[in-house]
Amino acid sequence: MIRFVLNGKEMQLDTPPDRRVVDLLREDLGLTGTKEGCGAGECGACTILVDGESRLSCLMLAAQLQGRSITTIEGLRQGTETGLHPLQEAFVECGAVQCGFCSPGMVLAAAHLLERNPDPSRMEIRAGLSGNLCRCTGYVKIVDAVEAAARKTENKPEETAPKDATP
Amino acid sequence: MKKGLLGVGYAVPRQDAWTKVTGEEKFAADYYPENLLWAGAKRAGVSHGRILRVDVAAAQALPGVVAVLTRKDVPGTNRQGIVHKDQPVLAGEKVRHRGEPVALVLAETREVLAQALARIRVEIEPLPAVFDPEEALQPGAPQLHERGNLLLRAKIEQGQADEAFKECDVVVAETFEVPFQEHGFLETQNGLAWQEPDGSIVMIVSTQAPFRDRFEIAHALGLEMGAIRVISPYLGGGFGGKDGATVQCLLALAAMHAGGRPVKMWWDREESFIAGYKRHAARLYYRAGAKADGTLHALHCRLYYDSGAYAHLGGEIMELGMEHAGGPYRLPHTCIEGWCVYTNNPIGGAMRGFGVCQVSFAFERIMDLLASKLGLDPLDFRRRNALQRGDKNCAGVTLVHSTGLVPCLEAIKRHALWTDREKWKQGAGPFKKRGVGLAAVFNAMGYGRGLPDSAIAKLELTPEGKFRIYNSVPDMGQGNATAFLQMAGEILGQDASRLELVPPDTARSLPSGSSSASRTTYTFGNALIRACQEMKEKLCHRAALVLMTDEVRGFALVPGKVRHLPSGRNLDLEFLAGLFPETDRSSVSQFVMPVAQDVPDTGKEFFIGFPHVFFSYAAHLVYVEVDELTGTIEVRDYLAVTEGGRVINPQGFEQQVQGAVAQGIGYALMEQVLLHQGEILNPNLTNYILPTSRDIPGIESMAVETVEPTGPFGMKGIGEVGANAPLPAIAAALEDALGLRLTRSPFTPDRVLGKMSQGAR
Repeated sequence: MIRFVLNGKEMQLDTPPDRRVVDLLREDLGLTGTKEGCGAGECGACTILVDGESRLSCLMLAAQLQGRSITTIEGLRQGTETGLHPLQEAFVECGAVQCGFCSPGMVLAAAHLLERNPDPSRMEIRAGLSGNLCRCTGYVKIVDAVEAAARKTENKPEETAPKDATP
Repeated sequence: MKKGLLGVGYAVPRQDAWTKVTGEEKFAADYYPENLLWAGAKRAGVSHGRILRVDVAAAQALPGVVAVLTRKDVPGTNRQGIVHKDQPVLAGEKVRHRGEPVALVLAETREVLAQALARIRVEIEPLPAVFDPEEALQPGAPQLHERGNLLLRAKIEQGQADEAFKECDVVVAETFEVPFQEHGFLETQNGLAWQEPDGSIVMIVSTQAPFRDRFEIAHALGLEMGAIRVISPYLGGGFGGKDGATVQCLLALAAMHAGGRPVKMWWDREESFIAGYKRHAARLYYRAGAKADGTLHALHCRLYYDSGAYAHLGGEIMELGMEHAGGPYRLPHTCIEGWCVYTNNPIGGAMRGFGVCQVSFAFERIMDLLASKLGLDPLDFRRRNALQRGDKNCAGVTLVHSTGLVPCLEAIKRHALWTDREKWKQGAGPFKKRGVGLAAVFNAMGYGRGLPDSAIAKLELTPEGKFRIYNSVPDMGQGNATAFLQMAGEILGQDASRLELVPPDTARSLPSGSSSASRTTYTFGNALIRACQEMKEKLCHRAALVLMTDEVRGFALVPGKVRHLPSGRNLDLEFLAGLFPETDRSSVSQFVMPVAQDVPDTGKEFFIGFPHVFFSYAAHLVYVEVDELTGTIEVRDYLAVTEGGRVINPQGFEQQVQGAVAQGIGYALMEQVLLHQGEILNPNLTNYILPTSRDIPGIESMAVETVEPTGPFGMKGIGEVGANAPLPAIAAALEDALGLRLTRSPFTPDRVLGKMSQGAR
C-alpha cells in the first residue's frame, strides 16, 4: 500500500511498487494531462511536481511516491481565482501553446523554476526549461509566457521586454 | 474558457490552448478504455533479406497473448502507400529495412506484449544491401523491388541550359549533402481501434489525413472504405510524419482479431525512429552561371533523393524539390534532373518543406558563390533576380498570384540587424568569430496539378443557438482550427461563446484533403467561408419570414441574434434554430484550389503534383558566433520576414514562423539520423539531439502582407516556408565568420573543427 498526497488529496493505493509513475497517473488514475514523449527522461513531457520540485514521472516508480506530495497539471489550477494558474494563463495569452503535448510538463517545470527564482532573466528561463523539449514553438513564446507570469506574480510594472541576444 | 472576439486579423490565442494547458485535451494517446488490449509489431532488425520462417509458437503460448499475426493473416493486398502502394503491412517474403514489421501481437498488457515480441523467432536470410542512392543505381547493385531501385527519374527543362552556360560570365559548381531528419513530434505514432458488431472498424488515431487513411486501410486489408471510421483528435505534432499510414493498417488488422475489444498501439520513441518516416537524405550536384551585370542565366543540377525502402511520397517530394531547385529567382535556362531511389535505409517521407529544404541549401549557397564572384552584395544580387508577378519560375510556370519576395528582401535591408551587421561582427570576443548570413526561399502551397486539392466544409446552427463547424482537416498544432473559428466568427458576427468546432471524424465531417502542403487553412477555409455565407443568407431569409418583412433586406447577424436593422427587432439564434428542422439548420460548401493554366512542356514523368502555382516567400537573416576552440556555433539572433498574403491571426503566424525556424536551426546545427548499414545509431532523444530552449535564440518574425485574392480573406499557407531558410542562412553566416565553406550538414562542432584544420593547412 502506497500513501501519498495527489493534487491535495490523500491517496492510498494498492499498486505494484515498480509501476512507473507515469503509467500509474495516466492509466490507473486517468490523469492523462501528464504526457509521455520518450520514456527515457529526455523530453520532459511527463514532468510532475514532487514536493514542489519538478520530476520526470517516466523515471519514477510508484514506491518513490510514498509520503510525498504530488502535483500534476490537473492539480496546478486548484485554488486559483480564475481557474487557471498564472503560468497557464500566460501560456495561453502569449501563444506558448501549439500542439500542446509538451505544455503540461513545460508549465510544471516553469512553476518549479519560478518557485526557485521568482524573477528570472530570459537566459535563466531558457536554462531552467532546457530539460523540456518543444518541437512546435521554437521556445520564444514559452520564454515570453514565463516572463509574463513572473511579472504578474510579482506585481511588477511592465518592463520593456529585453531581447534574448545581441549585445 | 474561451472568450472574446474571434475576428480575422485578431491576434487571438488558439481556442484549444486552454484545454491543452490544463491537461484536459484528449490526444489520441490519452484513450485507455475498459477492457483494452495492446498491440505491437515485431520488427525485422535486418536491412535486406529473405524471410525463411517466422516462429510465433513461443509467443502464442504466453498467457495473456490474444493473437500473433503474420503475413498470412492479412486479407487484402497487404500493401499500403499514399500514391505508390509498395509497402507491406506485414512483410511475408522479403524485408527491405530494419524497421520492417513481420508479426503483430495482441496482448492483455504492455508487459506481456513486450515478452511476446521478444519470443518471436524470425529467420531471415540476409541479402546484399545498398545504402546510398547513387550506388543503388549502379549496374549490379542489390535490387530492392521487382521494378528495380529507381522510384522516379524526372527532368524539368526550360530554355537551353547547356548552350546558356557558354553565355555566362561567371559559373560556379558545388556539391551538397544533407542527412535524414527526424520529425521529433512529442506524441509518437499511436491510435486506438475496435471492431463494431457490424464488422466496421472505428479508429481514434494521431493522423494528418483521416479521409485518406480509410483508402489505405481498405486497400491493404480488403475492407470496404465505408466500413472504416477515422477520428482525428488534436495531434501532438505531425510536421508531415503522420501523413500516410503509420499505425493505421496494423491497428485495423489488430482490431479485426480482438473480438470487439479496443486495441491500442503506441510506438515508443525508439520504434518511432526505426519505423517512422524521415525527411529524405539527399545529394545535390549544382552548376549555375550568371552574366556580369548580375543576371542569373543558367542552372544545371542533378538531385539524388534517398527514399529508403519504400516510396511513401518520395516521387512527389522530389518533384517539389525539383520545382524549387532554382530558388525564388528568374532563371531563363534550367535543366533540373532528379532521381528518387530506393535503398535499404529507413523510409523517407513527407516533412515540413517537402523536398524543398534540401534544394534551398544548395541554391542559396550557389547564390552566395555567384554574388561573391561577381563582387555583388548578396542581398542586392537576390533582389535583382527575385521572382515577381508575371515572371516564369525555374519550372517555366508563370506566376499569376501574389509574389512577394522583393518586399521581404527590402524589409531585411531596412532592418537594424542588416544595417548594423558589420559593427556587431567586430564585437566578437577572444577566440570567437562572428558572421551574418542571408537566405531567400519559397514554398509551394497545395497538391499541384493532377490531384484535386479540395475540401468540403459543413456548418450547423445547433438547437442551443451556436454555430458548429465540422472540421475535416486535422490541427497538428499549426492552428488551423482557430483560424476556422476566426473566419466563421468574422462572417457570422459571433464571439467565441457562440462557436464550436468538431474535430475531424469521417463519420461526421465531410471528405477533405490532408493537413499538409501548406494548404490546410487555405482550402478548408475557402470552403468554410462559402458555407458561412450560405448560412448567413439562410438565417436572414428565415428571419424575414418570421418577422414578416416584405423583403430580405436590412438584416445582420450580431452576437447571439439576427437583427432587423431598420426596426431594431431581434431574433435569438436559439429561437430561430427551434423553428426549423435539422436539415435546414446546416449548410455545406466546397472548394478546389486553382491550378496552373500554363503547364510547361516538361516534367512529363511526374504522375501527379506538377506544377504548382501558389507560393509563399521568405527572407531570413541570421547572426552566428563560432567558438574557434570548440567549433561550436551559437545562433545569436534571427530575423524572418515572410510573405503569405494576409495574416488571419498574427499570433498564429508568428508561431508557425518561429517553430519552422527552430526546426531549421536543428537541421543546420545538430539533427541527423546516423546510419550504419541501414541501422539507426541514434534512435532516441538521448543521442538524436533536438534543439532545446538554450539552442534557439529570440526569433523576430515580420509579415509582409500582400493579398492573395483567391485565398480566404487573402491568405496563403506559410507553415512550411520558414523551415527552408535556416540551413542556407547559417551556412552563409559560417562562411562569413570563418571563410570556410561547409557543404555537408549538419554543422556539428566536429565538422566545423575539421574544416578549420583543413583550412589552416
